[in-house]
Amino acid sequence: MAKTHVTMKVNGAEVEGLVEPRTLLVHFIRENLGMTGTHIGCETTHCGACTVDIDGMSVKSCTMFAVQAQGSDITTVEGMANADGTLSALQEGFRMMHGLQCGFCTPGMIVRAHRLLKENPAPSEQEIRMGISGNICRCTGYQNIVKAIQYASAKISGVEFREAAE
Amino acid sequence: MIPGSFSYHRPASVADAVKLLSDLGEDARPLAGGHSLVPMMKLRLATPAHLVDLHGIAALKGIRRDGSNLVIGAMTTQHELLASGDVATTMPILHEAALLIADPQVRYRGTIGGNVANGDPGNDMPALMMTLGASYRLEGPGGTRDVAAADFYQGAYFTALEPGEILTSVSVPVPAAGHGYAYEKLKRKVGDYATAAAAVVLTMSGGKVATCSIGLTNVHETPLLAVDAAKAAIGTSLDAATLKKAAAAAEAIMAPAADARGPVEYRKHVGGIMVARALQRAAAVAK
Repeated sequence: MAKTHVTMKVNGAEVEGLVEPRTLLVHFIRENLGMTGTHIGCETTHCGACTVDIDGMSVKSCTMFAVQAQGSDITTVEGMANADGTLSALQEGFRMMHGLQCGFCTPGMIVRAHRLLKENPAPSEQEIRMGISGNICRCTGYQNIVKAIQYASAKISGVEFREAAE
Repeated sequence: MIPGSFSYHRPASVADAVKLLSDLGEDARPLAGGHSLVPMMKLRLATPAHLVDLHGIAALKGIRRDGSNLVIGAMTTQHELLASGDVATTMPILHEAALLIADPQVRYRGTIGGNVANGDPGNDMPALMMTLGASYRLEGPGGTRDVAAADFYQGAYFTALEPGEILTSVSVPVPAAGHGYAYEKLKRKVGDYATAAAAVVLTMSGGKVATCSIGLTNVHETPLLAVDAAKAAIGTSLDAATLKKAAAAAEAIMAPAADARGPVEYRKHVGGIMVARALQRAAAVAK
């Protein structure tokens, strides 16, 4: 099958590559670009581990072809830190609130929570739970993930988050 | 899991898309949000030789008022439906149902056109469109035609779409001001298809149901309009006996498959409960 030349912006940098039409975006990111922060969990559009941010939308990159991302602006978990390399409010929240155990779902969780907080900077607990309902975690029971996002929400609003991790 | 090889086409107009689909024939599939088709391709349950991606067609996007109808472009995503003030104020049942579809990521990509055109009995929008009296615009090599949602579904994954035709928009009559509505969906978890679901749109007058329409999701190989159940509700104040009668009338037309969501009897039983709950909740919000 003939390959197609694609260009897109990933974490602020222009990237390009040759892909077959059937190449999934997640494979392009991991294999062509060598950015393995984006994980492949279920491969069936259920788990959300492969979530990336595309043009302001949280998208499961296992359910989109790389050719469809031509010209788009993508942020992966590698692009989540602050410009000076320090942890973003969300990353800090996951660290401080122990929002991960094995860590496999974490890239998808953080990328998804990033968009959630962009759209709703002060979500209720229920809104956080519904907001990350497309991301499955098999370790934490979600409690500390919710707290991590609450931590980030508070920090972005300039408020101190006082609750402890479970 | 990697899909089989295919050629990728990205037309910029409906006319180009129709021409591609007509020329390429049965080996070609239109690609909307892709959240039904791409997983099927990864499992090799679908192996189209050509994909005609509709994302490049600007005319298929957007929500506009047309007289007393809301016209929704086929490539409008569930996320965009949820963001629409017009949808939330004029037909809040659409907002309510869109929120129950899959999960946030899927709603950023999943489209109303794909949801209604795919013919999957598990999809939520088809029964809702029948309940609201919507019609679909189909454009194909033979021209443009409008088909009522109630006449569109012929069997599981079989619809009125002819080869080369694309569903380009959905036209939904705005329900009467003060109408009551509810979409009751029983599901095992977020992201699941309904075990059974019921849509109700009604109006009340003097404490009694004046008009009523009821749609059913995933309890038959096609979405259903529960006409007899709606008739049982009209003219009543939805007392316990009426609710029982309406639920029984709805159950009488259900023929769900036994699957991981439960045996046939269970799915019919909870289908009746969804009807009763939706009727009660719709009546409670009607003005």
